[in-house]
Amino acid sequence: MCGTCGCGTNGVAITKPNQNLEHNHNHEHEHSHEHNHDHHHGDKMIIDLERDILSKNNIDAARNRGYFEAKNIFTLNLVSSPGSGKTSILETTLKDLKADLNFYVIEGDQQTLNDANRIDALNVPVIQVNTGKGCHLESDMIYDAVKQLKPKDNSILMIENVGNLVCPSMFDLGEQKRVVIISITEGEDKPIKYPDMFHSADICIINKMDLLPHLNFDLAKLKEYALQVNHHLQFFEVSATTGQGMDAWYNWVQTELEKNQQKNT
Amino acid sequence: MHELSIAMGIINIAEKETKKANKKCVELIELEIGSLAGVELDSLEYVWSTAVKDTVLEHAKLKIDFKQAKAKCLECETIFEMEKIFDSCSKCNSHFKDILQGKELRVKLLEVV
Ligand SMILES: [Zn+2]
Repeated sequence: MCGTCGCGTNGVAITKPNQNLEHNHNHEHEHSHEHNHDHHHGDKMIIDLERDILSKNNIDAARNRGYFEAKNIFTLNLVSSPGSGKTSILETTLKDLKADLNFYVIEGDQQTLNDANRIDALNVPVIQVNTGKGCHLESDMIYDAVKQLKPKDNSILMIENVGNLVCPSMFDLGEQKRVVIISITEGEDKPIKYPDMFHSADICIINKMDLLPHLNFDLAKLKEYALQVNHHLQFFEVSATTGQGMDAWYNWVQTELEKNQQKNT
Repeated sequence: MHELSIAMGIINIAEKETKKANKKCVELIELEIGSLAGVELDSLEYVWSTAVKDTVLEHAKLKIDFKQAKAKCLECETIFEMEKIFDSCSKCNSHFKDILQGKELRVKLLEVV
């Protein structure tokens, strides 16, 4: 939450790499209500609301989605635990595909600019959203970031969410597809421990497959658990380090991109 | 912890509605939270008092109507309680079900003065 007025931005900062770290406070402070706490009772009023608490995020997400569709931008929301190698997958993907496809990246992280700097080094346009205390991205942050990023028509926007398997599952960002990434150095039971994340994902990338011979990891069990939560889930077994399996994931991106463009034209 | 965002969402709604009704503050707020809504009640209560400070909710009584998740089996029509979203029917083990309740995350009612 904003330190000065508690108006709910969580100290969010949106920064381009190489730009000075300035707390970009672009919300307005218009707290005009008065706090007159010697309540004169009498005029009590009951408001029967039945209002969804996430409705604001969902409305903002719909606005983002409309913008993406109008400009034919294919948007992916990448979610995972910390340490799954999400940024490495993104880096390898950008290196291999950026000659053919137009990429833009939004990096979500609580504190640092490290991930954005890694992407910036590949000469791919990137914006860092630091969420401060917040442990996930919300759709109004994406809206603000996109305004600065100005992605071109027919491009791909990769959103790397904050490393966390709980909170991001609740917040639609307006993406076309959600990608959950898990590495085989994590537990096989992650899908049933964090069912919402796997339930809301379209595909699941299993990373660090090059380590399989050295680990006591039950790949079949992982898939079984994941399918129990979401029987539509499609798997990609990859290693961002060796490049193994990355082609199948690239094919999926290309195919979905084409499908998306046909749908919007 | 997304409970802070949830609290902020609630405050946002309460501020708007109070203003719209031309009132000063909220005396009672009733929430409806399902067991599968993804919100930890303990965490929400933990962030609540800090979050509502200097808002219309600062002195409001918080009432939470907790809804245990329930589903109806599409095969045998048994109604059963769910602990997890992927639980199968307690009678016939089928995975085909309609979720009846448990995903609620709503501001149900405000009492404003
Ligand atoms: Zn049944």
